[in-house]
Amino acid sequence: MTDDAIPAQNTDDAHALPLAVGDRRRGRPEPSLNDPVFHISDLDVWYGDHQAVRDVTMLIGRRQITAMIGPSGCGKSTVIRCFNRMNDLIPGARVTGKVAYHGENLYDADVDPIEVRQRIGMVFQKPNPFPKSIYDNIAYGPRVNGMKGNMDDLVEEALTGAALWDEVKDKLKHSALALSGGQQQRLCIARAIAVRPEVILMDEPCSALDPIATARIEDLMAELAADFTIVIVTHNMQQAARISDYTAFFTADVDDKGVRHGRLVEYDTTVKIFENPADQRTEDYITGRFG
Amino acid sequence: MTAGTGIRVSEPPSHPAPRKLAGPRFRPGESAFRLLLLCCLAVGIIFLGVLITYVLVEAWPRLDSRLWENFPSIRRPERAGAQSAIFGTIWVIAFTALFCLPTGIMAAIYLEEYADQNRWYNRMIELNIQNLAAVPSIIYGILGLGLLARELSLGTTVLTASLTLSLLVLPVVIIASREAIRAVPQSIRQASLALGATQWQTIWRQVLPAAVPGIATGSILALSRAIGEAAPLLLLGAVTYVAFNPEGLESAYTVLPIQIFGWISQSREEFHHLAAAGIVILLAILLLMNAAAIWLRNRFSKRW
Repeated sequence: MTDDAIPAQNTDDAHALPLAVGDRRRGRPEPSLNDPVFHISDLDVWYGDHQAVRDVTMLIGRRQITAMIGPSGCGKSTVIRCFNRMNDLIPGARVTGKVAYHGENLYDADVDPIEVRQRIGMVFQKPNPFPKSIYDNIAYGPRVNGMKGNMDDLVEEALTGAALWDEVKDKLKHSALALSGGQQQRLCIARAIAVRPEVILMDEPCSALDPIATARIEDLMAELAADFTIVIVTHNMQQAARISDYTAFFTADVDDKGVRHGRLVEYDTTVKIFENPADQRTEDYITGRFG
Repeated sequence: MTAGTGIRVSEPPSHPAPRKLAGPRFRPGESAFRLLLLCCLAVGIIFLGVLITYVLVEAWPRLDSRLWENFPSIRRPERAGAQSAIFGTIWVIAFTALFCLPTGIMAAIYLEEYADQNRWYNRMIELNIQNLAAVPSIIYGILGLGLLARELSLGTTVLTASLTLSLLVLPVVIIASREAIRAVPQSIRQASLALGATQWQTIWRQVLPAAVPGIATGSILALSRAIGEAAPLLLLGAVTYVAFNPEGLESAYTVLPIQIFGWISQSREEFHHLAAAGIVILLAILLLMNAAAIWLRNRFSKRW
């Protein structure tokens, strides 16, 4: 894991990655699920005949950072893609159970997936800016959604919100592909917040970035959590421990045919998961004995 | 351990030094393979060079303004020209492009972006398009004659010729456009859809602009094939010695390949020079079209 390379004594350095639980949560309110945005119950996901995820039930709290961790193939990316119906795009994917967003099941027949994705944005593993200018990258979402108002102000607001404005304000008409990887990922976050979603889903947003860029994104997430509900899938346990309010630990059951089915093992506050997990499998995973 | 620096310095090695690295070695296999590749390349280049030189030498006596100012004549080769064939070719190719490019590109969009590849009928359509690309062009001529010219009473006109050539190159346009659309990274589509864009907005604003260079290249190859076709048009009334330019879709016409064919089959020497000059004109039009495609491709791909 990349952040292990940074010696512990450098923690006062702004760009080092401290390892303690909740370090990037300082100053944020106590974790709470009293005001849930999502109520997921009995969620099963199938790809063709293969059941990728079985029986997931959890609440996602408003303006909380919820992390999903677990070994490869445990279905955490599959689950997060149910939250804005991105799984619809995979041929053969089928979802049963409920993903209730403010009480309304996203998978009901009368729900428009386009509107779902306007309210629930997503940031992907690999930064994927459009091959256009920085300005047009941000303006694209508001334009396709038919948002009114001054586009220049909106672009500035989104870039400021993603802590990118000062770096790019003089080159808004330049290609977004000329930015560094970390800047591109913050551009993707800016692009997502430009359509003013309520929720931002992040599918391993730092796995293609170096530790300094990762630290910037983590800082940014802590700031964004004041206004947005954030769900993040991460391979990096320390990252989940540092930034999240709640942590869900997923693992994969292997049946007698060798097929993997993802399931949610334990879901609780991050402090509880990392300091006093209830399930033996969680403890084995976070102490590095497994996975 | 050296004091102060904290760097461990190892003792000099006691084992014998490894064998010295040898200098560059001659490997006959490598050179032979490279030579073979060069020979294959040379075959193509030399034949092309010989062809162009031969045609230019043949055409030289007649490569002047008479060629595009005059109409064909059987009796007086010194006053014959190919104006009607040049205009005919431009008319036919322009309408072929107009018919086959939008149709082909939209068919490709459907197959790449909407069709479910798991359905048997979509796989069958795909297979058939690939087969159609290999059907000899004379078959399309027969189809055009039987269906378009006679059954639909379109006659042997510019319209029939353009439609027939469109059908002929449509599979090529579809296949090339599909390749170009497929080469657009999936992550671009996901980014757009995740922002709440509809599928059509994603295709129109992200996928197509990114695919334009590939589509342009494929389309120009397809049109280059159409411009050189003589066989299907022989059946479709592209007669030689048409002494007027096409005036509309309903007009009779001739095209350069047919005109060249007509001149070559004459016995008098002067007509052979004319045929060569016609070939030079045809090549020039082809080069112009290619240049246009390259310009279009650069315009779209250099922006980012």
